[in-house]
Amino acid sequence: MSTTKEDLFETTCGLEIHVELATASKMFCGCKVDFGGEPNTRTCPVCLGLPGSLPVANEKAVEYTMKIGLALNCKIAEYSLFHRKNYFYPDMPKDYQISQYDLPLCYAGHVDIAGDWGTTTVGITRVHLEEDTGKSIHVGGSGRIHDSAYSLEDFNRAGTPLVEIVSEPDIHSVAEARAFVSELRILLDSLGVSDVRMEEGSLRVDANISVRRRGETEYGTKVEVKNMNSVRSVGRALEYEELRQREAIEAGEQLVQETRHFDERTGTTSSGRTKEGSSDYRYFPEPDLVPFEPSAEWVDRVQSTLGETPTDRRARFATEYGLGAKDIEVLTATSATADWFETAAKAYGGDAKKVANWIMADLYGLLNEASIELTESKIAPDQLAGLVKLVDGKSISGKQAKSVLAEMFSSGKDADAVAKEKGLEQISDTGALEGIVDEVISEHAEAAAKVRAGNLGTIGFLVGQVMKKTRGQANPGLVNDLLRRKLT
Amino acid sequence: MTDLHWRSATELAGLLANGEVSAVEIAQALIERADEVDGQLHAYLHRTDERLLEDARASDERRASGQTRSRFDGVPTAHKDLFVTKGVPTTSGSRILEGWLPTYDGTLVKRSAQAGLPLQGKLNMDEFAMGSSTENSGYGPSRNPWNTKSVPGGSSGGSSALVAAGGTPWSWGTDTGGSVRQPASLCGLVGVKPTYGLVSRFGVVAFASSLDQPGPLTRTVTDAAAFLQIAGGHDPMDSTSIPQAVPDYLGSISGGIEGMRIGIVTEIEEAEGTQPGVKTRVGEAYRRLEKLGAELVEVSLPSFEFGISAYYLVAPAECSSNLARYDAVRYGLRVEGPDVVSMTSRTRDEGFGDEVKRRIMLGTYALSAGYYDAYYGKAQRVRTLTIRDLERVFTDVDLIATPTSPSTAFELGAKTADPLSMYLNDVFTVPVNLAGNAAISVPCGTSPDDELPVGLQLIAKALDETTMFRAAYAFEQDLGWAGSEEGRPSL
Repeated sequence: MSTTKEDLFETTCGLEIHVELATASKMFCGCKVDFGGEPNTRTCPVCLGLPGSLPVANEKAVEYTMKIGLALNCKIAEYSLFHRKNYFYPDMPKDYQISQYDLPLCYAGHVDIAGDWGTTTVGITRVHLEEDTGKSIHVGGSGRIHDSAYSLEDFNRAGTPLVEIVSEPDIHSVAEARAFVSELRILLDSLGVSDVRMEEGSLRVDANISVRRRGETEYGTKVEVKNMNSVRSVGRALEYEELRQREAIEAGEQLVQETRHFDERTGTTSSGRTKEGSSDYRYFPEPDLVPFEPSAEWVDRVQSTLGETPTDRRARFATEYGLGAKDIEVLTATSATADWFETAAKAYGGDAKKVANWIMADLYGLLNEASIELTESKIAPDQLAGLVKLVDGKSISGKQAKSVLAEMFSSGKDADAVAKEKGLEQISDTGALEGIVDEVISEHAEAAAKVRAGNLGTIGFLVGQVMKKTRGQANPGLVNDLLRRKLT
Repeated sequence: MTDLHWRSATELAGLLANGEVSAVEIAQALIERADEVDGQLHAYLHRTDERLLEDARASDERRASGQTRSRFDGVPTAHKDLFVTKGVPTTSGSRILEGWLPTYDGTLVKRSAQAGLPLQGKLNMDEFAMGSSTENSGYGPSRNPWNTKSVPGGSSGGSSALVAAGGTPWSWGTDTGGSVRQPASLCGLVGVKPTYGLVSRFGVVAFASSLDQPGPLTRTVTDAAAFLQIAGGHDPMDSTSIPQAVPDYLGSISGGIEGMRIGIVTEIEEAEGTQPGVKTRVGEAYRRLEKLGAELVEVSLPSFEFGISAYYLVAPAECSSNLARYDAVRYGLRVEGPDVVSMTSRTRDEGFGDEVKRRIMLGTYALSAGYYDAYYGKAQRVRTLTIRDLERVFTDVDLIATPTSPSTAFELGAKTADPLSMYLNDVFTVPVNLAGNAAISVPCGTSPDDELPVGLQLIAKALDETTMFRAAYAFEQDLGWAGSEEGRPSL
């Protein structure tokens, strides 16, 4: 069915992504940037928009924005300024937002996204800097402002530096939209400019999406979908919206150009405003701030701090460590994860694939159970390397190593310490084992004779007896060697 | 000591230094003077008598222990009510800010306190500094000490009335289109519009951000220079603040004007219907400047003709945005409504006066999509022309002299029905704000028509306050009007 629909319809989509920057202080004042906390505790006259207060631009935020722009292959404006975007809303302290208008800091970039369909280049129209609003909590009614009994305002978030990334309408499927958001998330994380905690709202996505029958020259009616706070909800919202528009077209219904709100709970979009006039924000240059002209030296300096791009890192993980696509996807999901893996691989020194296997097959199971990130686990990268070495050196068996890892995971202790504590360390001392092997041979003369007669299958039985005597601590490989030497 | 209230700030500083008077005595004298005259003038919106005495006592203690904060420690001041003062009501002359108790001090308020100036209170003004008479105050008009039937000018009219009546030696106002210079002119005072960016706007309730500039109102040029020295200079809290220190104006103030070239612009005076008495006095002032050794040069400033039109697009546009924050959500007046939209619009309807509403509507219109280029965009181009015009003229002259206001103080109610005639009061002052230059108004006696004060405006290059003060001082000293019996209202 869906392939038929793909053949019949074409989707066109552009995304607008808002990213809260992880600067130490807010965009135009010295208040701390943080998440949560008691309402209205991280505020001052400036971010509260009190009469007489004035904004002073945060240079670090400008630098972070340039960093994002450069990583997205944008041009950096030689002359840029802030504008005021005027509209009334209770959680906007000044009832205008300091934003950028026709002279954004970064423009004309692009980013490649890859997936099952191949590689798509998505144009980046602009990357600009603005301030975030406060947060309204509407009490009573549906939880939206229009039918609430009253609203509470928290201005802790007000004035947090916010970067808006606008893509060209180069996205033609829900999968591409997801990949674009996911790629941006990885990129922003690797730049160290944002926490990209989507569930906490530090990355928010709006989409402009339209559907038309394939072959038509006019675009379909554009609908703006708001309130998507995760890669998953981008997928769900756009899938719903794509289907809704296709069905409307099939039914011959006229679509309305409007803003629609995505409801995380129901997975549907609904018409956002009853009155849909074109908003006039009366943009004009912010007179309280001076225009800025980033020097070529500054831009160069920022460019030089970009480091390895996620794309390059992924390629290197394949060539340098020989990792497969699935491993790379998981191990480069965040730069902290990738760093963790690389530290462990270096500490280990041998085949990095082994380290990757331990992370992917075993460590992730424990992490998922505990619902924590790799970087939050008590196990340090060099400790995992230590565990793999113990297995290599045959000090413990692979099976034992799994229980050692579980203990390391809960206690944070080193692998050999755990192995010792558990009495798991294998007896790999030939002298210590020889006596036991001799004992077993004399106790099981019949079996020994079978081996001597060439029935090598019986060796397993003798190994088992040695293991029994050592309560599993003997190195089975070594025992096997000893028995063969003595009996054949 | 008698007549303490008529002493200039510089004189008071001398008396304090010599131990002839205490800060508390000065404070008490000014409290008595306020009791005596403010019933007629309504200069104050809020008196802080207790705080004044406390500040004065603290100043006396500092002086006794040799720890004065500045030469002027103990010389009191009062601020126009748009300077944000922590814990002291700040209304900007508007009902919409009634009940707001600020949680912070603006930079100028801080710097005044850091110099040891005790605070007398907050002064009346046209609502949000929009007006030329204080008749737009949400709390009733102030009156001119020279004739209490007349206006003290505006918007800093509470400041000009109080300084002229001997209620304080000096006061800060703000000048967006002439709001310091015009009331200074109408009350026989010195008023300065410093170069844009010289005095911090942090903690100044905004009217039109790109034009607003705080300035002192005083009875002498020396006091104005000294006050600017105290409060001016770079402030990291204001991005438009010029990153340099204030030069020593007083060091060169008595240097004279021998050899200075001063431009005069007869074309504007003729065109704008300047009162005959104003022309007479200002004409005499030009002659006096010549007598003192300056060379008068006729100059042409064609862009000045468009100043008022451009100003009444730029200022309302910026104010329409600056005043959006008065939405009843967080502070000030709140008129309840069934939902947030009606709460905000009812509050703004009740809290704002007619002139403020007129300018918000004008500015909202000027910024609207489809009109921006024709109005705001064109006004900005006029602004650029004004800047170029002045730059051109200033390659040839050191200063430009004009009347400050085309008329002397008018009677209350005379112009309230006709906003345009009120706007024309600022015809000589507005272009200076558009360009950002410095200017001063100095008294040149009273008009032969009505015995009310006339002001001479001297416009300087940006950041050339030094030349401006030197010329104003030479003129003031030679005229001998300021500080004389003749230079004081009989109130």
